[in-house]
Amino acid sequence: MTGAAAGHRAAHAPSRPVQVIILGLVGLVFLIPILAMVEFTMRSGLDGEHNLDRWAALFGGGFATEYRPVFVALGNSVGLAIGTVLIVLVLLVPTMVLIHLRFPRLRRLMEFVCILPISIPAIVLVVGLAPVYSVVARLAGSSVGTLAFAYGITVLPFAYRAVQSNLDAVDVRTLSEAARTLGASWLSVLLRVLVPNLRRGILAGAFISVAVVLGEFTIASLLNRINLQTALLVVSKNDPYTAVIMSLLALAFAFGLLLLIGRLGADRVRTPRRRRAAPLVPKGPS
Amino acid sequence: MKRLPPTSIDPAQPGTQGTSGTTRAGRGSVVHFAGVTKNFAGHRALDGFDLTIQAGEFVALLGPSGSGKTTALRVLAGLEGADAGSISINGTDVSALPTNKRDMGMVFQSYSLFPHLTAGENVEFGLRMRRVGAGERRSRAADALTLVGLSAHADRFAHQLSGGQQQRVALARALVTEPRVLLLDEPLSALDAKVRVQLRDEIRRIQTELGITTLFVTHDQDEALAVADRVAVMQNGRIEQVGTPEELYTRPASPFIADFVGLSNRLPGLVRYGFAEVHGVSLPLVDPSHLDGPVQVSIRPEDIEFVAPGHGTGHGTVHGTDQSVGIAAVVVSSSFLGSLRRTTVRLADGTSVFVQHDVRLRPQPGENVCLTLTGAPVSVEAAEPPVAATVDTSSAVTVTVPGQS
Repeated sequence: MTGAAAGHRAAHAPSRPVQVIILGLVGLVFLIPILAMVEFTMRSGLDGEHNLDRWAALFGGGFATEYRPVFVALGNSVGLAIGTVLIVLVLLVPTMVLIHLRFPRLRRLMEFVCILPISIPAIVLVVGLAPVYSVVARLAGSSVGTLAFAYGITVLPFAYRAVQSNLDAVDVRTLSEAARTLGASWLSVLLRVLVPNLRRGILAGAFISVAVVLGEFTIASLLNRINLQTALLVVSKNDPYTAVIMSLLALAFAFGLLLLIGRLGADRVRTPRRRRAAPLVPKGPS
Repeated sequence: MKRLPPTSIDPAQPGTQGTSGTTRAGRGSVVHFAGVTKNFAGHRALDGFDLTIQAGEFVALLGPSGSGKTTALRVLAGLEGADAGSISINGTDVSALPTNKRDMGMVFQSYSLFPHLTAGENVEFGLRMRRVGAGERRSRAADALTLVGLSAHADRFAHQLSGGQQQRVALARALVTEPRVLLLDEPLSALDAKVRVQLRDEIRRIQTELGITTLFVTHDQDEALAVADRVAVMQNGRIEQVGTPEELYTRPASPFIADFVGLSNRLPGLVRYGFAEVHGVSLPLVDPSHLDGPVQVSIRPEDIEFVAPGHGTGHGTVHGTDQSVGIAAVVVSSSFLGSLRRTTVRLADGTSVFVQHDVRLRPQPGENVCLTLTGAPVSVEAAEPPVAATVDTSSAVTVTVPGQS
């Protein structure tokens, strides 16, 4: 059957050379700017020479004082990413499961609310967030961590889609009812049955959230918080090379994350954790 | 605690279908529904549902879709809350208990194995929830898998098992915790015909072996009649009739039951002095207290016979056309069904009737035949006032006769 399906697909697919050309063109579109950035960081002097001095300086120079703000900002961003992912995991996933199981009629509304942030430009979002954050600052302080709340909103569309597509693919209702009749509490249902089966969607949602947070500039900048992107901007004003190197690293990191999602998303047959089933022990009189 | 028997097959268990359950080491529990009512958005799914299931008894809930049978089962499982009424197990009201505290085993219509766990781990799940130690868990799961004949498949994942195997694992998973009641929600409907019959018989064997009180929901009358100690036929959220399969078939309380359990013909008739008169034949009533008046009479196809002795011999000569002997009819068509033959005939008033009979009779289309009624008790339903009598000629009534041979 798979063979037939594959054959069928092949019949409609572009021929091999065309495939290569298409892939190559698309690849170039993405590759040229990145290569240009790499080239830029290696420029030396005005006579067109290239070397790795700046890379070496950044890594070998013991993270000189001038770069320290960037690393602090990187720390901020990673912290924010973790915070945002936690919000997604603790707030969004259980809510979506609840709506799926108990309030299916709210699904449309939920979808609308979750997709909304993507249709509102970040700069408009900030206009609304600014007064909110004056309250947040009073309640929770004005540390950079509070940005996680805002990011929790901006990643909603991405996280929602990732989790929802997984929810649709799994018979969540029957699985949770089966677990319930077997004596599982709701928490056990969520942790032992639903999360393992929604693993792909949840991980994809989490990683995309991380990628979004690491690339976020507008909100942080306008709310005067320091994250990776705002720090890079500051650095780039007096050292554009380092800024580009940091951007490249952030890009590589996000790329790695997406690659990981692809890996986890691939179907694989898990090998049983355990040895073969226990031998049939004859039962004593019990 | 008593464990599941480690041996799987014990064919020598005749006559244990009784409803007493006393010989079964107290495995069975008595389930009692009292006036359970459940509404869904203006639709009444259960309407004062009453039913008592004896310890160790296998009861099938049979009914057309939307009759409330699945709702009844889900209310018992605690997956739906009842709006009114109560449910008790062994005399204790469980209405307020959440599903996970009710101690039920359930097999679902759709495949419900946890995809991330192996068959063995699936079976262990309920034990894990009850904090049973790892060693005992494994051996009990292995026993349960042996019981359903899948001990060699413990390491497989759901997607590596066939539909029938998945439902067997689900059955093992439901039984391994030794629940008070086993709930089967159309567990066979996703399977193909052959596997369905196999698994159906196996469920009955295991149920008999364990003596566990079982509620089985199905819309398939064959299934219900084949395995259940008692069948409850449902309509509109209520039980129309409860009884052994034989009782339901031979003494249906209403034409609805007669229609739903087995096949039946509907003919116009008249109730007088506790008998139903159909085409000049007087038939006893299942419910002799029925009021006199015009009725629709349900007659089983095997309760109709050809009376022409020379019928079907191939000579085309029919002797029994005398009105005083039987009901005159003309053969429309006849089909061979293996062990029996089903013939459609048309009565003088235009009503067509299915008759099931011995395969050696081969009525030809167009042939004149004569029918007689065997006199088995019939169920009747008051026909709408006399007008019906005149309408009869235009509305053809189809009568199907199920095989009796």
